[in-house]
Formats: sequence, C-alpha cells, structure tokens
Amino acid sequence: MYKFNYIKATSIEEASTALSSNPEAKILAGGMTLIPTMKQRLASPEQLIDIRHIEELKFIKNESDNIVIGSVSNHFEVSSSEIVRNNLPSLSKLAEGIGDPHVRNMGTIGGSITNNDPTADYPAACLGLGATIKTTKREIKADEFFIDLFETILDEDEIVTQVSFPIIKNSCYMKFPNPASRYAMAGVFISKSDNEIRVAVTGAGENGVFRWKEMENALLSDWSTSTAETIKLSSEGVMSDIHGNSDYRANLVNIMAIRAVETLSNGN
Amino acid sequence: MSNSQVNRIEFYLCPLSGHYTPFYADNFQSAGGDSAGISFTDDLNLTGTHVGCDTSQCGACVIHLNGIAVKSCSMLAVQANKSSITTIEGLAEDNKLHPVQEAFKENHGLQCGFCTPGMIMAAVDLINRKPILNEKIVREELEGNLCRCTGYQNIVKSILAAAEKVQA
Repeated sequence: MYKFNYIKATSIEEASTALSSNPEAKILAGGMTLIPTMKQRLASPEQLIDIRHIEELKFIKNESDNIVIGSVSNHFEVSSSEIVRNNLPSLSKLAEGIGDPHVRNMGTIGGSITNNDPTADYPAACLGLGATIKTTKREIKADEFFIDLFETILDEDEIVTQVSFPIIKNSCYMKFPNPASRYAMAGVFISKSDNEIRVAVTGAGENGVFRWKEMENALLSDWSTSTAETIKLSSEGVMSDIHGNSDYRANLVNIMAIRAVETLSNGN
Repeated sequence: MSNSQVNRIEFYLCPLSGHYTPFYADNFQSAGGDSAGISFTDDLNLTGTHVGCDTSQCGACVIHLNGIAVKSCSMLAVQANKSSITTIEGLAEDNKLHPVQEAFKENHGLQCGFCTPGMIMAAVDLINRKPILNEKIVREELEGNLCRCTGYQNIVKSILAAAEKVQA
C-alpha cells in the first residue's frame, strides 16, 4: 500500500473542514468498499478522513413518522434496531441481507448510498420509500440523489449526515443475491402508501438504481399479483455481465417484483 | 482547524492482522503519540490471523474489534486506535483451548487449516450473539467465511457442538 494521511474526525464540522481544505481527500466510514478499492489502486486518495467515530452521526430514531438513521450507523445496528424492526421491517430485513456478518459490523448506510454501487441494497430502500438524505449542506430527495453508476448528486466536499425514511408499513424488499458476493443480482423494493406506489430496482440498471415507473403505474391502477405478472421489464438498459445477461436479469427483476407484491398482498 | 484538534498520522496501509498488526500498532503509537489500547510489544510475531483474498470476501482474516467480528484485511490498523483487538491467539487461556477451538479439534472441523482462524473467530462472535443455534442459522452466518477443503459439514458440526457446550 502507498503512503497517505489519516485524520480521525470527532465532529461533523471537523470532517467537513478537512474535506473542504483538501480536494484529494476521501471520507472513510466503514471502509468496506474504499479500503479494498485503495488496495487495488482503483482509488488512491492522499488523505482519509475517518468519520466512523463521530458520535453525532451515530443514531437511529423515530421522528414524526420517519425513521431517521445517522450516516455512520452500520448494517448490524440498523438490522438489529428495535425501532427499525418495529416500524420498517422491510428496511431491517434489507440491512440483514447485506454482505455477511463481518461486513455488516463495519459497513455503513451513509457509505453505501454515497458509493452508489449499482448492486447495493440501500439505494433501493431510499428510492423505494422516498427517503430524504441530509448532508452537511442541504436536504436531498432520494429521487434526485442517485445519478449514475457510483455517482450521486453530492458535491466533492459534501458529507451525508443522515437518511430519513418515511414509515410505510406496506413495504417489502425482495432480492436475488449473487451466490458469492451477496450483492443483488436483482433487488426490488416496493412500498404502497395511501397516495403512492414506489417500485425501486437495484442490481440491474446499467445506470444504477432506478424507479420502475411502468410497474408503479400499473400497480396503482390495479394492485394485484397478476398485474405484476403482466408487466415485463424490457432488457434494454439492463446490465449484462458474467453473472447474468440482460434478459436473465430483467426476468429476475420481474420475479422479485411479483414476490414482493405477493408478500405485501398476503400481509394485508 | 489546528493540528491539535485532529490525530494526523502518516503510515502505510497494511492488513491489520496477525503478523502485521504489532508493527503498525507500534508505528502508530510512535507517530501519533496515541496508544492503540493494546500492547503488542511482547508479541511481535502473531501469525495466527490469515490473510486470504485481501478484499473482504473470504473471512480468513476475521478478528474481534471490541469483541465484534470484523474482516481485518479491510481495516487500517489506525482505525483500531483505542479499541481492543482479539486475534485467534487471544482465545485460549492458560494453554487451555477455547470451547470453540476444542470443538473444531474434536469434530475434525478443518482440513488444511487456512480458513480456521477466521472460522473460529466468526464462530465465537456468532455464539456470543445467538446462543441458540441450528444448522440453518450457522450456514447462513458462515456467509462470509470460505473454506475450500471441508465442504463445511464438519465446520457446522463443530460450531453446533461448541454452542451446546457453551450453553451447558
């Protein structure tokens, strides 16, 4: 490994100042992506700003019909949180299915969404529930946050501080994990509230996570498993790699969507 | 922001595991003037932790950070500052094997042994978190630990036996 500088920040302000003053710096949270990436020299920041120990970023709370999660909360903390489990079991289950137990002990929600891996789970929950992402500069709707593969709307010197998920009990995440990595080959997050249905797809889009509007509209006019079965995702724009071609993946997305609708229908 | 507000340390990134840990902990101590919470000074040759894939997939490098299992290959030594670290060497007490180690020995839970330190550290963490185990849970929880010899059969058997012993 190469030589670089490390700062352990103890407050948001400190991390923010350090990041603004060095354009070559990167934020280190759980490090589950960044450190392997550095080892492979796919990234070589000259400075790391470790935010994992910032107390202000470590919380999970229930606040006016939202579950608000501090950005350095790790996946184990989210999946085992009573607050999350009782109010948003779909999110709890999603967190429980990320990677493996050891990765869940380090990886963070802020890191996951900031990295915006096209096969990551949390982006689907953000889009699927219509989350709001708060940063050191502003509040951003999930619909505007995710731009492209590994790309978000965040400025270089902006840090995610919390993610706020509306409590929508009628929500479900279905994932077909890659048997080796547990990343999603196809993951579908569906939420059904009084005035809106959201269907978010991860693991499949060539441009990362996306909302499947056609399915949303169809389910809005007729919520049923047979509707979910009728609507087919076009394989155009769907990822194709050694793990599966685009037709295969598009079909997986369909199957996951059907299972999610089925689960939600049975739950009601 | 003054320098006194932050710990600014220069160091080389390296797997925080077995052989390498003491060197970096020492290095960190002298560079940052901040103790790492554990003393490796008497043990400069902890080779028990194995680095396999080096990219957080295989789990051979699992150690405990403040009692919780993490993949040490994907962690900087400096991140562990002021934390307690247990490697496989830290499990046995007074030459008496930890119940999980004992169970692996009794149930032939290993063949070549390369994955074993990570398997055992993961198993100890698992038993701490979920005292009541069954085969399904064990297999799910071993998601992050790869073994290329055993087919997992005896590893699962060892962990179930250990859990029972710890419970008793």
